[in-house]
Amino acid sequence: MQDRDIEKLKALAKEIRKDILIMLNKATSGHTGGSLSIVEILTALFFVKMYHRPDNPHFKERDRFILSKGHAAPALYAVLSNCGYFERKELFRLRKLGSCLQGHPDSKFTPGIEVPTGSLGQGLSMANGIALALRLDNIPSRVYVLLGDGEVQEGQVWEAAMTAAHYKIDNLCAILDNNRLQIDGWVRDVMGIEPLAKKWEAFGWCVFEIDGHDFNQILETLDKAEKIKGKPTIIIAHTIKGKGVSSFENQVKYHGVAPTDEELEKALKELDG
Amino acid sequence: MEKASLREAYGHALLELGRRNEDIVVLDADLSGSTKTRLFAQEFPHRFFNLGVAEQDMMGTAAGLAASGKTPFASTFAIFATGRAWEQVRQSIAYACLNVKIVASHGGITVGDDGGSHQSMEDIALMRILPNMVVTVPADAVEMRALIYAIAHYRGPVYVRGSRIKFPIIYNEDYRFQIGKGSIVREGEDITIIATGLMVHHGLEAAKELAKVGIEARVINMSTIKPIDKELIVKSAKITGIVLTAEEHLVLGGLGSAVCEVLAESYPIPVKCIGIRDRFGISGTSEALLSYFHLMPEDIVEEAKKLLSFKPHRLRAIA
Repeated sequence: MQDRDIEKLKALAKEIRKDILIMLNKATSGHTGGSLSIVEILTALFFVKMYHRPDNPHFKERDRFILSKGHAAPALYAVLSNCGYFERKELFRLRKLGSCLQGHPDSKFTPGIEVPTGSLGQGLSMANGIALALRLDNIPSRVYVLLGDGEVQEGQVWEAAMTAAHYKIDNLCAILDNNRLQIDGWVRDVMGIEPLAKKWEAFGWCVFEIDGHDFNQILETLDKAEKIKGKPTIIIAHTIKGKGVSSFENQVKYHGVAPTDEELEKALKELDG
Repeated sequence: MEKASLREAYGHALLELGRRNEDIVVLDADLSGSTKTRLFAQEFPHRFFNLGVAEQDMMGTAAGLAASGKTPFASTFAIFATGRAWEQVRQSIAYACLNVKIVASHGGITVGDDGGSHQSMEDIALMRILPNMVVTVPADAVEMRALIYAIAHYRGPVYVRGSRIKFPIIYNEDYRFQIGKGSIVREGEDITIIATGLMVHHGLEAAKELAKVGIEARVINMSTIKPIDKELIVKSAKITGIVLTAEEHLVLGGLGSAVCEVLAESYPIPVKCIGIRDRFGISGTSEALLSYFHLMPEDIVEEAKKLLSFKPHRLRAIA
């Protein structure tokens, strides 16, 4: 879909949020807050920006997406299913034995997943490798990698940040889900990461900052990023953890717990309301 | 005795492979002069990626290149490849089952003067415990070359343990390496010596000494530690009744452990494992350290004789 009808995208995001909540509730475990914070970003990428084919997930010229913050897998699964990579009913077997949907993304099980993630800090290095291979093969595809804000506390992220700048990897666009919370609390209290934009600039990246829930801003910035040559780009997306369900928003408690039946019922009503 | 460098053999094999196959890419972490990947880098600069002193990022980048159809060879010293970047090798390479070849130099204590921080006594164990990972240790430069060719045609993650020092040549140029197959480098029916890396040569030297007192040792080069050649181990154990293993590595988790796992389950017989015992290395020359850690041919002879006392026939008298 290349349709930039924002109202349609908003409606789609709402359906994806509902899927995320239902699948997490059925799984009885998983990461709610950080899945809800990236819904607009993933929707904009998979339904507008990225060139990909759900009927042929491995075709060479596809744009690649890597969810480095792998614990937000439910959001990616909901989006992939809505794109048609696999049947919707699979969503509701999330985390179950024999399911194609593992607790964290796994390319061995799920169509549409490029590389396994889950152990934080490793996605950007892999994205660099993929982008370098595309460049060697003269394939004009782009690589998108989504990082968490807590995740950038991992040293490997900064090793990879140096690599992307050193090798002028401009077919790569990182997006940072800056929802300001991590398992143990506010990021600024656990281990401060600011000034984020200045850090990435100092590492040789082109930096944009946006509201990560505003489709217009997301799409405009993804377009701008594509025009940046000679250096990698990062979009720092300011988001709200638990976005869309008022009782979950900005609540550290919902980092790693699934909604109960009662919470689910209330949340679905709110989203539909 | 003619000696040759495993590192040089690796560097030249990479270069030859690189000329044949455009999908071969090479990564290093600021040690390309030592690992000899520089030979490839000089001819194919666009297919060589130096990641700087960042082994974790190197493993992840290699995984990404493999995920896009390349055949990456990633090199650094053994302890950094397997220790520093272990979890990246686990998650990004082994768990993903990606076609990355991790070829390390500087395995074992023969690293020498640099001391314990740089001597890898645990790399075989660290790689062996990872599902999907093939673990190999060439015994000489000829085998290194043959092995690099073989793994380039195998799809999946592989670890190759090389060394800093030159090894005596064991094989003829026509030697062909097969993943998962041990090779008998000396026939004998009194005791089986299963060795890997430099210790294959020491095993052969020990066998010569043992032959002087009428003991015929069968010497096996176990150059694939995983998947291990169970058939050859059990077959040899049945013939000789006792087995001695020898490695320049911790016995814990290394070749000795791997052989014991096979024999304990399939054909329990007396085994002696020669290797390093639960400790770190120290500075010294390679030669001094091999003696200090009891990894010389005479150490194998001594242990072999002790082991022979377990045999309930004529050899007990000799021992």
